[in-house]
Amino acid sequence: MDWEIKSDRPVYLQLVEKIQFDVVSGVYKPGGNIPSVRELAAQVGVNPNTMQKALVELEKKGLLYAKGTSGRFVTDDTKLIQEIREDIAGENARIYLENVENLGYSFDEAVKLLKKAMEDK
Amino acid sequence: MPILEIKNLIKKYHTKNVIDNISISVDSGKIIGLLGPNGSGKTTLIKLLAGLLTATSGDISIDGKKIGIETKAIVSFLPDRPYFANWMKVHYVLAFFSDFYRDFDMKKAMEMLELLNIGVNDRIKTMSKGTKEKLNLILVMSRDAKLYLLDEPIGGVDPAARDYILKTIISNYSEDSSVIITTHHIADVEKILDDVIFLNNGKIELNSAVEDLREKREKSVDEIFRENYKC
Repeated sequence: MDWEIKSDRPVYLQLVEKIQFDVVSGVYKPGGNIPSVRELAAQVGVNPNTMQKALVELEKKGLLYAKGTSGRFVTDDTKLIQEIREDIAGENARIYLENVENLGYSFDEAVKLLKKAMEDK
Repeated sequence: MPILEIKNLIKKYHTKNVIDNISISVDSGKIIGLLGPNGSGKTTLIKLLAGLLTATSGDISIDGKKIGIETKAIVSFLPDRPYFANWMKVHYVLAFFSDFYRDFDMKKAMEMLELLNIGVNDRIKTMSKGTKEKLNLILVMSRDAKLYLLDEPIGGVDPAARDYILKTIISNYSEDSSVIITTHHIADVEKILDDVIFLNNGKIELNSAVEDLREKREKSVDEIFRENYKC
C-alpha cells in the first residue's frame, strides 16, 4: 500500500485522510479489523503516538471503534461510510472545477473535458 | 514521572562550555530527535547520558536514578560508529551482549537477524557498512531498556536500510521507554519523532513537538533546520 506522507503538514491529518480513504474505498471492509497502532506506524514509517492520535480521531468520527483488547475495527455503519465517500468525491469534484475554471473553461466545457478523459482512459 | 530529567547541565572542555547550561525533561513513550549542526554538542550530551563522560556541573537523572551503574543497566546506547572487532563472529557478539546486559532478549535478536539473513557464524570483517549498522541496531533494540540513545543510527546506509532501521526502532521500543536519536538525516527521520530539540553551541535553541511545528510553521523540520543553520 502506498502512503505518501509529507513532512510540511501535520502528519496525523494526513493519516486520518489516508485511512478514511482506505475505508470508503474498501481497502478496509466494514466491520473488519485494523492493524495495531504499532504495526500501522511501522508499516507507514511514522511515530506511533501520531498514528494513535489519527486512529482516535477516526473513532470520534465514528468510522472506527475500539473493542476492548481485541483492537480496532471499521464501523458496520455503511450509511456513514457512504456519506464520507460522497464527501470525499464531492471535495475532489470541487477541486477539479476550481482548477479548470482557473484555466478559463466554462462549466459545460469542464463536463466535456471530464467525458473526454473518461473516453481516453 | 519523566524517564529523563536534565537540569542545568554543563560540560566544559578546558574553558569552553560544550554543553552550556541545558535543562530537558523527557516523558516515557516518546521518540526525541536531537538535532544540531556539527560540533553543537549532540554526541557529548549523548555520552553524558550514557555515563561515558562526567558532567562539570548540573544534574541528570534517568528513571529517577543518578548516572552510574544503575542507569547503565537501563540505558541502551548505540554509538555513532560500530565498535565490534573485525575478528568477531555474530554468535560471539550475541553472547557478549547477553552476558553484559540482563535485559537482553536473545530470541528477539535472533528473529531480527534471521529476517535480514545475518547468520550467527558470519564474521564482522566480511560485513558491509550497512549490515554492521543493522547488526548494531538490532543488538541495541533487543534490550528491554528504559532509554535508548541512538547516535546517528542511519549514518552510512542506503535508503532501504534506513527504512528498515526506522521500522525496527518503531516496533521495538515500549510505551514505558523513550528513544533519543541524533541525526543529520532529518528528512528521513522526522516522521518518526514526537519532539525535536535543536542544539547549537551547547545550548537548546528549540524544543517542540514536531506536529506543532508543522502546524504553526507549515514547514518540515528539515526545512526549519536548514533555515536556522544556513552557512
